[in-house]
Amino acid sequence: MANVPVYEWSLLEAARAVREKRISSRELTGAILARIEALDPKVHAYITVLREAASAQAAACDEEQAKGTVRGPFHGVPIGLKDIFCTRGVRTTCGSRILHDFLPPYDACVTEKVLAAGAVVPGKQNMDEFAMGSSTETSFFGPTRNPWDLSRIPGGSSGGTAAAVAAAMCFAGVGTDTGGSIRQPASLCGVVGVKPTYGRVSRYGMVAFASSLDQAGPIARSVADAAALLGAIAGYDRRDSTCVDLPVPDYLAAVERPVKGLRVGLPKEYYEGGGLSADVRAAVERALKVLTDQGAEVVEVSLPHTEYALSTYYLIAPAEASSNLARYDGVRYGYRAEGATGLIEMMSRTRAEGFGDEVKRRVMIGTYALSAGYYEAFYGKAQKVRTLIRDDFTKAFKAVDVLLTPTAPTAAFRLGEKTGDPLTMYLSDIYTIPCNLAGIPGISVPCGVSADRLPVGAQLLADSFREETLFTAAGAIERALPWRRVAPVEG
Amino acid sequence: MAFETVIGLEVHAQLSTKSKIFCACPATFGAAPNENTCPVCTGMPGALPVLNRKAVEFTIRTALATSCAVQRRSVFARKNYFYPDLPKAYQISQYELPIALGGHVDIEVDGGTKRIGITRIHMEEDAGKLVHEGEFAGSQSSLADLNRCSVPLMEIVSEPDMRTPEEGGAYLRRLRDILVYLGVCDGNMEEGSFRCDANVSVRPVGQEAFGTKVELKNMNSFRNVEKALEYEIRRQVGEIGDGGKIVQETRLWDVNAGVTVSMRRKEEAHDYRYFPDPDLLPLVVDDSWVEELRATIPEMPAEKVARLGRRYGIPRYDAEILASSRALADFFEASAALYGGNPKTTANECVHWKDAVLAGTLSPETIAHAAEDRERGTISATASKKLVELVLSTGKPFRTLRDEQGLTQVSDTSALDAIVEKVIASSPKEVETYRAGKAGILSFFVGQVMKESRGKANPKVVQEVLKKRLGG
Amino acid sequence: MAITREEVLHVARLARLAMSGDEADRLGGQLSAILDYVRQLDRLDTRDVVPTSHAIETGTPFRDDAVEPFGDREALLSNAPDRRDDCFRVPRIIED
Repeated sequence: MANVPVYEWSLLEAARAVREKRISSRELTGAILARIEALDPKVHAYITVLREAASAQAAACDEEQAKGTVRGPFHGVPIGLKDIFCTRGVRTTCGSRILHDFLPPYDACVTEKVLAAGAVVPGKQNMDEFAMGSSTETSFFGPTRNPWDLSRIPGGSSGGTAAAVAAAMCFAGVGTDTGGSIRQPASLCGVVGVKPTYGRVSRYGMVAFASSLDQAGPIARSVADAAALLGAIAGYDRRDSTCVDLPVPDYLAAVERPVKGLRVGLPKEYYEGGGLSADVRAAVERALKVLTDQGAEVVEVSLPHTEYALSTYYLIAPAEASSNLARYDGVRYGYRAEGATGLIEMMSRTRAEGFGDEVKRRVMIGTYALSAGYYEAFYGKAQKVRTLIRDDFTKAFKAVDVLLTPTAPTAAFRLGEKTGDPLTMYLSDIYTIPCNLAGIPGISVPCGVSADRLPVGAQLLADSFREETLFTAAGAIERALPWRRVAPVEG
Repeated sequence: MAFETVIGLEVHAQLSTKSKIFCACPATFGAAPNENTCPVCTGMPGALPVLNRKAVEFTIRTALATSCAVQRRSVFARKNYFYPDLPKAYQISQYELPIALGGHVDIEVDGGTKRIGITRIHMEEDAGKLVHEGEFAGSQSSLADLNRCSVPLMEIVSEPDMRTPEEGGAYLRRLRDILVYLGVCDGNMEEGSFRCDANVSVRPVGQEAFGTKVELKNMNSFRNVEKALEYEIRRQVGEIGDGGKIVQETRLWDVNAGVTVSMRRKEEAHDYRYFPDPDLLPLVVDDSWVEELRATIPEMPAEKVARLGRRYGIPRYDAEILASSRALADFFEASAALYGGNPKTTANECVHWKDAVLAGTLSPETIAHAAEDRERGTISATASKKLVELVLSTGKPFRTLRDEQGLTQVSDTSALDAIVEKVIASSPKEVETYRAGKAGILSFFVGQVMKESRGKANPKVVQEVLKKRLGG
Repeated sequence: MAITREEVLHVARLARLAMSGDEADRLGGQLSAILDYVRQLDRLDTRDVVPTSHAIETGTPFRDDAVEPFGDREALLSNAPDRRDDCFRVPRIIED
């Protein structure tokens, strides 16, 4: 560890070092803030950097530790938050103009848990506006760039968090995933990202995009870091009616378990069709070989309704979003259009000026899908197909313990490459979306590089509340395919 | 042409919970603007609803008391529309799958009983309050106070079973009695905790199909509901009589002008885009919960009136007064249990002292003692009233006060003889008049004896002694 | 399926999004493309399929009827773009 710069330490190493008083939180936090200052002008992973607040938090952590108090497992360690989690009195924008000046009156459950674990929050991380996007280009605050190649996108919507983790501008971060928003950027940035089972982590205080699909989860530079961070943010919260009251297992302990005898399913639909690039396919096959070499068993399975997942998602998510985003009306908080002469004009102009194109597009689709005469044909139909997609997984998990697929069809694409055509952009999430519709957990773990030397991730999916299985399989892949982890940030 | 009226009523009742339906803010009236609010009920980004168990229990109990079928699975939906008093821009309300279906309430009309069907009961949250600054017409802005947002409401929708405004009024009063009896709503129409909208149409007698219905709003008392219905029926019949057509619309009752006024007809076509609220899971109610709640359903007003009449032999009129409040009826029964004499006397006392009983300032012992002493003639009616008033002002027991004040009636004839002798001796003229056949003058002697005894003599006994002494 | 400008503008009104005719035309094209794509769902026979609203199958949890005041009205009001007398102020309601 002596030769490795402080900011490159893993989350668990940094936490151990603070606990063993080998380093102070001030030093750790100072290193991260310096790193942000040096690199973020290029990467733009943060919307808001909390220089003073983080320094004060670090000082408080050091003081407490001197008195023998340790808040939690990440005492004094900087962990970033996607700017979708409410932070009391600290601007929370969700990447939107409409919330550009919003100061939440309360903390999200995830915020509380991260703070209770002792973490220092260095800032709020960039994201696609209201988490709608796969490239972080729809952020009102400008795009984030991929630290491995600044001409490329980091993925999205949690692109700021994935880029910050990859560029060592925090030790780990918490993102959210509605259709792949943690896993896809994790794959494109060469880090580990976990979408937990729906109901595993409280959604309280997390700005809603599509309530029946949204889940918060960790993004980290190692499987163990991700497992430890999930352990800290998971658990029952009585303020979220969809949060499930089940004990939180020791995820960290699952990381080093053997994969011998594990039944790995390859859903054939994920490997058919022309969208999957050859280098991504090759990388995922390497990951499969790792598992089989260690005694896992391969089973070919079928998820026959996979081809309908994207359509289903692009009806359900916008429908819920059209209702969730109706509250941004210029009455109680956020942006309000100037000079309107009446209420309806004020609301309509506020929303037209406050939302970006992608958000408006989805609000329009969702409103249309729910409107009189169309509900059954669109929203109602999508809910039924959602049942078929769930049933596919239920059947598959009778035969296998885990499914192995690519996370995204390609490595990171260039900025602006797909902004002109919404449907092409939506296809980036084709492998991640079914998991959200089924409510099951998924992880993306680095498994190689593309022809352009860009990171590629493999996705593992397990049955509900079987996150441990994901950590076991991902841990094996990570150990067998060592990865550089921290991006150089050049150019 | 003779017309028949068809009326259906939709009641919004505020449930008497302490906290709101989806958050822990107080559900009480009268707080400073926006004082009773939190991130959930003001629709802050990321805030989520959690259902109040008590609100569900109150609704289930109402469903059971009105013979509805409690649904084992019901669903909260979002009703989407923009308005500054609706912070989330949707109201959480049960839509396709409500918590209760298919019940009824029996009302008394023209000496008979009529059954009014209940279509459904569902739960929802209230909206806030919007106050227009200055006069409405010239108002440049409005102020939103969100205290009422998410206060729990129960909507009870009747079948179109009522045919007259009186039936409408009777149904509303019966329904309110039931809710107040159950303790699930305070029934206050003026404060808006019991609100009513009406759907009314007319059709030629004998016609099967319903006429075009008009929705009436803004009626804040039983009397106003009846008046608004009366007016609207006249208006519709008049309109048709003049060869006009009824337009399906919403009309507001203008209490000052005594007319219904059309709301803007060219309303933006409502499209509420209902869909199941993804922030809440289905409301699941199991049999054991329903049975547990069924055990808590008190006797309903109609049953109570009948039972009081049967069991105590008191007139229906008295029974109805007693049953108008659960507390009063319970008090009567407690008093009657303490004094085993004629329940009618006890009932009279309870009715007379109704306000004090409801204020909780009288005990059943006081009423039982008052009834017993009156019936035995130990005290006079005047003395009884005076004593109860003293109980109320001093808090001392009734009989202690009776003895202290010496208000016991003298019924012992030997004790009265001396006074009677004295009165007769001092009124020779009147004695002559009496003996001449003018029996009416007896009351003069009774008055004199009562005066001499300082009110303590039992007038009945005095009369008998006088008759005997005067002969005749 | 092509969505007309009028349909786009109607949906925009429902969603309270001010929109010019040109914008409606542009968006109409994109919405039509997306809706054409999702029409692939029509190929599936879902007559006997129960719709899924949630990935969770339990009933909704309850809270006890206990009051816990939030206690920071100022934090709720201080975000208001226009505020008067501890209320949120909005322009007058004009019917359109």
